[in-house]
Amino acid sequence: MTGAVDFRPNEDQRDLRRGIRELLAGRFGREALRAAVDGPGRVDRGLWKELGEAGFFALRLPEEEGGVGLGLPEAVLLFEEAGRALLPGPLVATHLAAGAVEGAAEGLTVVTEVSPEGLVPWLDAADVVRGDAAGAVPLRSVDPLTPLHRAPRTGRLSAGAVEAALLTAAEQVGTAAWCTDAAVAHAGRREQFGQVIGGFQAVKHLCAGMLVRTEVARAAVQAAAVTADRVEIAGAKLLADEAAVANARDCLQVHGGMGFTWEADVHLHLKRAWVRAALVLPGAKAAEEVASAL
Amino acid sequence: MDLSYTAEEEEFRARLREWLAAELPGLPPRPDPLDWPGRRAYDCGWQRRLYDAGYGHVHWDASPTQRLIFLEETERAGAPYVGANFVGLLHAGPTIAAEGTPEQRERWLEPVLRGDEVWCQGFSEPDAGSDLASLRTRAVRDGDAYVVTGQKIWTSHAEVADWCELLVRTDPEAPRHRGISWLALRMDAPGVTVRPLRTLAGSTEFAELFLDEVRVPVSHRVGEENDGWRVTMVTLSFERGTAFVGEVVACRRLLGELARTARENGTWDDPALRRRLGALAARFQALWRLTQRNVSEAQATGGVPGTGGSVFKLDYSHARQELYDAAADVLGPDALDLGREWNLDRLSSLSYTIAAGTSQIQRNIVAERILGLPKGR
Ligand SMILES: Cc1cc2nc3c(=O)[nH]c(=O)nc-3n(C[C@H](O)[C@H](O)[C@H](O)COP(=O)(O)OP(=O)(O)OC[C@H]3O[C@@H](n4cnc5c(N)ncnc54)[C@H](O)[C@@H]3O)c2cc1C
Repeated sequence: MTGAVDFRPNEDQRDLRRGIRELLAGRFGREALRAAVDGPGRVDRGLWKELGEAGFFALRLPEEEGGVGLGLPEAVLLFEEAGRALLPGPLVATHLAAGAVEGAAEGLTVVTEVSPEGLVPWLDAADVVRGDAAGAVPLRSVDPLTPLHRAPRTGRLSAGAVEAALLTAAEQVGTAAWCTDAAVAHAGRREQFGQVIGGFQAVKHLCAGMLVRTEVARAAVQAAAVTADRVEIAGAKLLADEAAVANARDCLQVHGGMGFTWEADVHLHLKRAWVRAALVLPGAKAAEEVASAL
Repeated sequence: MDLSYTAEEEEFRARLREWLAAELPGLPPRPDPLDWPGRRAYDCGWQRRLYDAGYGHVHWDASPTQRLIFLEETERAGAPYVGANFVGLLHAGPTIAAEGTPEQRERWLEPVLRGDEVWCQGFSEPDAGSDLASLRTRAVRDGDAYVVTGQKIWTSHAEVADWCELLVRTDPEAPRHRGISWLALRMDAPGVTVRPLRTLAGSTEFAELFLDEVRVPVSHRVGEENDGWRVTMVTLSFERGTAFVGEVVACRRLLGELARTARENGTWDDPALRRRLGALAARFQALWRLTQRNVSEAQATGGVPGTGGSVFKLDYSHARQELYDAAADVLGPDALDLGREWNLDRLSSLSYTIAAGTSQIQRNIVAERILGLPKGR
């Protein structure tokens, strides 16, 4: 006898995830990532359009409106992949603008948004800004892949803020998972004291902790995508932020001196994780939101 | 990804809810936590009521989803948990159901379901804890019986148990994992001595078990001779996989109570403490979702829980200890008063990162079996 509660992604969802993973591996592999790091902070319009064609932005628009007609459970799978690949650009804002801003759904218009915290990513590169960015001043962004401006803080949540928190949390799960994989791969390769360091229990236990954080956060994000419950989303964001940041740090630790270099990718994940954590529903607010429902 | 229930499952839930509402007011008062015979009688009485109402089997035969609903609803209604029947219902029973002969299933399962017989688990030994496979309790074949001599330790509920699922060494020459067998031992057999051990919470929750030439019929062996390690792994995966489901539900309820207390005594106004409670609520909600996912996976792979149980157990056991630490900060000076149930529970929770495989051992399992890192000692 089988019940209906089946938490696993179904076959269509797995196909969707595989499709985007392959697209990103082909179009935004390591070389493209490093080129973007060294480049002038532009959105790759060609890639953006390909994402549009793959349904990344129009995913949740009804089919009558030219969309794919899917929902948040599918969206979190795509955003997890985007997070894993460190795909740059205001992906969440453009996805949320599909149907409301012309060209967003197709990947022809790049849309950014002023976050309630008063941060504006990708202001110069965007075609459309939602929210009031008047008087925004540029920051020297900690993340080389996310240009940031600072606007007066509104504290006001936009209509899409809850969904933005969820999709950002999904990106954080992608980072948490990437960091686990990278740490395990390095630990299985690097030798010291005549053995791979992954045989040392201190290293193994760091890796195990990373997997646990990833799985707990992923369960939270996927469930929140199904229920679309505001409090559950806040909790998922909190756990995903913690998983991404803590895993990036542990991954850095497992890499030793190499982890502290510009050359290794792990700092890019840590910095992006910090940006995603601060941009929408940061820790203290998420915790308050969950507490208020107790 | 589908978290909705079928009409049939919703009906199961509604019927259960109705039954609980009618049944619970008639329960006898809970016994003193230190009164073990009283606790046994209470737990077995509850199991009997479940059995009579058609729910006795729910941990085994029901679909995993129905089990989740059962645990969710009984916990929500404040019904007792398995208590002294933990091993019978959640370790030994499922093992016998999976590995036993038809005669063995017939002999042992029904009395567990009816609340007539209580089991305990005799795995750990003084020199075989985390390294369980080094166990030395000897069983020597003599005609149609094994003669068992050795010592077990940390045997929970041994004082009130009728049966013990016992791991013994049947072939001392074989490699360590291949010389172990799984026996059902009668606790009143001649040569069995139980010596209670006092826990840090003050109760005699577990005991030492001395075995001096105890005769166990060969027909009480479950699985083949020397195949006990594999049989045991089935038991342990049940233990780690699904045995804690009800407690996650309990933690969500406890957090609600804690928030109420905090609002009453003013500690809620401390933002750091309030956020800590919020973060814990997020964590237990996620653990509940992880449970649902593990159950989905177990359902898809035929019922035996996988390594997902180790991931769950690791985070759950630490989260639960953090819950009681937060409770202590809410309670303030009252946290030192053992007259408050919270504080006894806080003491009990100190065992969660040790019992059923320590956190370090769970991390080894996750690193080696899931992440594929090299095996170590
Ligand atoms: C409340 C409670 C109830 C219990 N009930 C039962 C029961 O009913 N039946 C039963 O058979 N057993 C029971 N146990 C025993 C339990 O399974 C063991 O305590 C547990 O497996 C640990 O074994 P140990 O106590 O010998 O500790 P040890 O194995 O000596 O461990 C001591 C410390 O060393 C660490 N350690 C050991 N090996 C390694 C390693 N390879 N890598 C890293 N660290 C390591 C451990 O993590 C731990 O921190 C119970 C225990 C408790 C606390």
